[in-house]
Amino acid sequence: MASLIVSIYRYDPDQDEAPYMQDTTIELPEGRDPMVLQVLEDLKAADPSLTFRRSCREGVCGSDGINMNGRNGLACITPVSEVAKRGKLALRPLPGLPVIRDLVIDMSQFYKQYEKVQPYLINDTPPPAQERLQSPEDRAKLDGLYECILCACCSTACPSFWWNPDKFIGPAGLLQAYRFLVDSRDTATDERLAVLDDPFSVFRCRGIMNCVSVCPKGLNPTRAIGKIRTMLLQQGT
Amino acid sequence: MVTNITSFGRSGLSDFIVQRVSAIVIAVYTLCVAGFFLVNPGMTHEALLGYFSSLPMKMFSTLALLSTAAHAWIGMWTVGTDYIRGHYFGAHATVYRMFYQFGCMFVLFVYVLWGLLIFWGI
Repeated sequence: MASLIVSIYRYDPDQDEAPYMQDTTIELPEGRDPMVLQVLEDLKAADPSLTFRRSCREGVCGSDGINMNGRNGLACITPVSEVAKRGKLALRPLPGLPVIRDLVIDMSQFYKQYEKVQPYLINDTPPPAQERLQSPEDRAKLDGLYECILCACCSTACPSFWWNPDKFIGPAGLLQAYRFLVDSRDTATDERLAVLDDPFSVFRCRGIMNCVSVCPKGLNPTRAIGKIRTMLLQQGT
Repeated sequence: MVTNITSFGRSGLSDFIVQRVSAIVIAVYTLCVAGFFLVNPGMTHEALLGYFSSLPMKMFSTLALLSTAAHAWIGMWTVGTDYIRGHYFGAHATVYRMFYQFGCMFVLFVYVLWGLLIFWGI
């Protein structure tokens, strides 16, 4: 058995004046490396007041994005050994957004930015009888973009999003913006670009690539942002 | 689109290009001046005066000065809009930010005017 000190951010606005870190020592069975979500489940079994989001427990739903020892990620697909350091694991809510309770954050601002990019196909031509066809080459352009699960790990790891969450769309929203900009079936490219050409929406990105570093799906929002800039450049010059 | 009336070019793309082009101008100017000092180790006041008083150099110096001012304004504006915000400065953040931006503008204006007087006064 190996001991692990789990330090969890606790905050219940109805009872606590300020957030605090609660330390609990747990024993990990020898030869086993559970996911962080399992640790949270075990702790919740002992203390039902511990609050966190979870659903699919296999990295698909994006519910359990948290900050583990300073690094954002999904608790359900992150083994304890990957994030624990010197027998200690600090679990905090994703940074930069308001905390509702314990590890649960208010993601309204994140979704507002996502909504701004109109994350749906816009095509004002008459619909064909069956479906809008796309060549395999055009379909391939969506790879690395459509897989985003909106867990918010990237946007909440981005200082530009921390400072201006109401103005900077953030890596997750911009990845989706590019996903529709590059879609051969979408006809609103000019309108989409016009909305993005201000000093904040896209250009507040400084390219530090925190988003790429933490994305649990291995996506590259920084590259998508660069492509949007290139499209703006081609349109505006 | 997020509206903003105090950014340099009112457009993200414009600021992005100005910042990069001005950086190139500043870099080339720095190399020219540094190169001049390197190939002339025993620099005299007359040689320096001769270098900076030619018309092409005066124009280049003016371009570098204006590029520095534009580059600095975009950078300082970005820093100000990042950090002088409500969650740090409370309800009066906008007033503080305006004072900060006015201060930056004033300093840059003085530097540009002073630089022009120096470059075109020799």
